Amino acid sequence: MVTTETTSVAAASDIVSVRHAVRRRAVEIHLSLVDQTKIVTAASELARNMLVYAGGGQVTLEVLQDGVRQGLRAHFADTGPGIPDLDLALRDGFTTGSGMGLGLGGAKRLVNEFDIESTPGMDTRVTITRWK
Amino acid sequence: MEKIPILKMGDFLLVTIQVDMHDQMAAALQDDLTSKIAQVNAKGVLIDISSLDIVDSFIGRMLANTSTMARVLGAPSVVVGMQPAVAITLVELGVNLGGMRTALNVERGMAILRRDGDNPDLDGAARGHD
Repeated sequence: MVTTETTSVAAASDIVSVRHAVRRRAVEIHLSLVDQTKIVTAASELARNMLVYAGGGQVTLEVLQDGVRQGLRAHFADTGPGIPDLDLALRDGFTTGSGMGLGLGGAKRLVNEFDIESTPGMDTRVTITRWK
Repeated sequence: MEKIPILKMGDFLLVTIQVDMHDQMAAALQDDLTSKIAQVNAKGVLIDISSLDIVDSFIGRMLANTSTMARVLGAPSVVVGMQPAVAITLVELGVNLGGMRTALNVERGMAILRRDGDNPDLDGAARGHD
């Protein structure tokens, strides 16, 4: 772990701050423009999910160094209602909200690594990583 | 709240989105643009997103919905200038952009709107082939 940075998400304008913070780190480790765009977009989806379903949460960014390889990891943690059925939540088009149901499944397609853990009634944690 | 300016150019409206919009700003643009179309009797709308370096599912849906609303009001619209990295990401994300016409840049978008204006009867038939 080289660097960490935490941003709180409590309002729609914070989603923009998350996008900017992720972009800054992605540029810093010289991700390609397409990879920058993908991880920024995935982060935007996940930050919005936290806001819509859990009322907000925390985003922590980590710059990773694995030998010569660099990567950017983002952790999304909320203490909202949790997700009872993760397989269903990851399916495209499934939503309990008013969106398109692309947030989780779409974010997963945009990154190299995607982990999700959720305890209903407790919390949800999503981690995404894009390697250079 | 900061607003996205809507400019009138002849019979057309030009919207240039130059800031990273938060969600309420995107929703406000939808309201402002549909009101303005009715108010000035616009014949077409050009939405320039060349400054946007990200379009997520919310903004993508807003753009597609706004395009449909403008068309329903009788003002065909074209979204122009999408960055290649944004196009790649939107398609992988799986956003349905149905109902949204796009062009590479403002000149081509304007050409499409002028052609629509010249051939109003062909408008519907030609749409699928842009």
